[in-house]
Amino acid sequence: MNMVSIPPRRARGKVHVPTVTLAHGGGGKAMKDLIDDVFVSAFDNPLLSPLDDSARMDLLDLAQYGDRLAFTTDSFVVDPLVFPGGDIGRLAVCGTVNDLAVGGALPLYLSCAVIIEEGVSIDFLRQIARSMAATAQEAGVKIVTGDTKVVNKGACDQMFITTTGVGVAAAGVELGAHRARLGDAVLVNGLLGDHGAAILGARGDMALQSPIESDCAPLQGLIASLLNAAPNTRFMRDPTRGGVATVLNEIAEAAQIAIDIDEAVTPLRDEVRGFCEILGLDPLYLANEGKIVAIVPPDEAEPALEAMRAHPLGRQAAIIGNVVAGESGRVTMRTIFGGRRIVDMLVGEQLPRIC
Amino acid sequence: MRYVDEFRDRAKADILVKEIERLLARMKRDESRPLQIMEVCGGHTHSIFRYGVEGMLPKSIELVHGPGCPVCVLPMGRVDDCVAIAERPEVIFTTFGDAMRVPGSRKSLLQAKADGCDVRMVYSPMDALALARKNPAREVVFFGIGFETTMPSTALTVLQAEREGIKNFSIFCNHITIVPTIKAILDSPDLRLDGFLGPGHVSMVIGDAPYEFIACYYKKPMVIAGFEPLDILQSIWMLLRQIDEGRCEIENQYARVAPAGGNAVALQAVAQVYELREFFEWRGLGSIDHSGVKVRDAYAGFDAERKFAVPNARIADPKSCQCGEVLKGVIKPWQCKVFGGACTPETPLGALMVSSEGACAAYYQYGGIKRGRDDEASAA
Repeated sequence: MNMVSIPPRRARGKVHVPTVTLAHGGGGKAMKDLIDDVFVSAFDNPLLSPLDDSARMDLLDLAQYGDRLAFTTDSFVVDPLVFPGGDIGRLAVCGTVNDLAVGGALPLYLSCAVIIEEGVSIDFLRQIARSMAATAQEAGVKIVTGDTKVVNKGACDQMFITTTGVGVAAAGVELGAHRARLGDAVLVNGLLGDHGAAILGARGDMALQSPIESDCAPLQGLIASLLNAAPNTRFMRDPTRGGVATVLNEIAEAAQIAIDIDEAVTPLRDEVRGFCEILGLDPLYLANEGKIVAIVPPDEAEPALEAMRAHPLGRQAAIIGNVVAGESGRVTMRTIFGGRRIVDMLVGEQLPRIC
Repeated sequence: MRYVDEFRDRAKADILVKEIERLLARMKRDESRPLQIMEVCGGHTHSIFRYGVEGMLPKSIELVHGPGCPVCVLPMGRVDDCVAIAERPEVIFTTFGDAMRVPGSRKSLLQAKADGCDVRMVYSPMDALALARKNPAREVVFFGIGFETTMPSTALTVLQAEREGIKNFSIFCNHITIVPTIKAILDSPDLRLDGFLGPGHVSMVIGDAPYEFIACYYKKPMVIAGFEPLDILQSIWMLLRQIDEGRCEIENQYARVAPAGGNAVALQAVAQVYELREFFEWRGLGSIDHSGVKVRDAYAGFDAERKFAVPNARIADPKSCQCGEVLKGVIKPWQCKVFGGACTPETPLGALMVSSEGACAAYYQYGGIKRGRDDEASAA
């Protein structure tokens, strides 16, 4: 990969206090030390190291991957910051990488803006930065620019992270909900609702000990395999907040189509089912962080399924339904019991039922 | 999952549906109108919609979704009282999740939380008591809501707080009792119901004896029903069999969970902590005598109503809402003037649009509206 000229490496600063203070956001030496010690050392790469105001990437270098730049941003505010199967850092990388990948782009570069509440421990910050670095490596992306702000105690919930991502979409890959057609298959790459259930369990509000781990994972590899096996894939989206039900409704509405799914073949972990039974929640609305919903033409559905199942992040992939003739914008489900119901958009937040 | 999947077996459901159709075909009945069966409990309503049970039944059976969602029937004035308590700076106000969205005349608890009140969601009153232990300088109030299903756990928590000498814990008691409510429905002059699916969880506490008057005096059959879809289908079949055989009894389909005599420990705790209120206001149904309970004088220190002198204002239901008629099966949810327009789950005007167990919210969310309107269109 061709790179811009790299200035000589400068001496790295070091933090000598246990917690973040307002001085670490003041723009002076304390801030430089924090950025060097925590972020630059974790994200270590030649585009970031000069700590210029912007990272500059060679256009010719980007052009080898495709013909359009893909660009996305997302903010991450999660409680708790560390949960079974991940943490806010892993989430911040996966979320943005997946937003690029479901658009058919190869994710390449990320920015990372962190807002930290004073009092957060430096060791914890290091742990999150290391987690981001490891996830970025797993996803094949580089974190090349960033920003650090420190706010007063109480002004934020320990830490917020915003990541912006740049990727390149390969020539000929055109994805859009409007391309969905009657008979197309609806695929997911595995067990649904793990992230939502893991977070709810980890919060401890429900007095339920849950063994469920978040599915948080970067999906660019799985998506590349899928597109290779099913090049005419119509559309993909990652069903994060609002879950699969919300994404299916968005697709149905955008494409003015009807979608029918089958509860009996919708992949769910028994623990997630049990968790939802106890709390009166619907797993279709639980968040996922390592899943995609793909709309695939009927003749490519089986190859797509095989490609997903051959990938470690798609072992439990399934065709959960189809685009059907029906009222446009409507999502329905054949229930496990043989009935049928409408799967609508969620109103507000899912709240546990009283009994 | 064991003990769950067995009750969602599609093959067994098909057999039951065929049996129901067979019974209906040979039954002597007024063919000009459907048989109306009320499921009293909100949990039933939820299951019926969640599994599409209603759509599997012949059209000559109409399910009427009763008053059994305690969140839905809570009057606006009581929510205003909750908000008034939650707005006190010393208070941590604790509540079950779905009660957070019930609208008061000013705001819901969810809005109060957004405005800075310390409102926390808990899963049991014992969690609220644990908060009181952890925060001795604050006043922890638990929003006691629900029928006999949740009443004992609140009572046992009060007794536990008393044993521990905890002074900063109280309950805002809005518990209600099912029997006077069913009686109020049966006394309604426009009643058309042919039978009841009795509330399974409530019956687990009170047993089946308190319902005898329904069969004896009002001549309506009842089957106490479980909450899985097969439970509901089997209970409907049992109810039809009673009607077909000219019987009128209180039968128990949910005997695996609800014993005939109820739960003596739970009933003892309930009797010890609460006494009946003379009147209690219900959304959509007005005031029903002896349908609510309050904390007895002996436990006055645990009664948030006395501790914080709540405003206790009566706020009339919006005139446009027809919740009462929906609850009694006189109209279906989509026939209400404001359904899906001014009244949606996002901006509920009426009681039944509030919780997912409310008939209107369930119709809205699970697509009953579509089926209902389609049925009407095809009939016309």
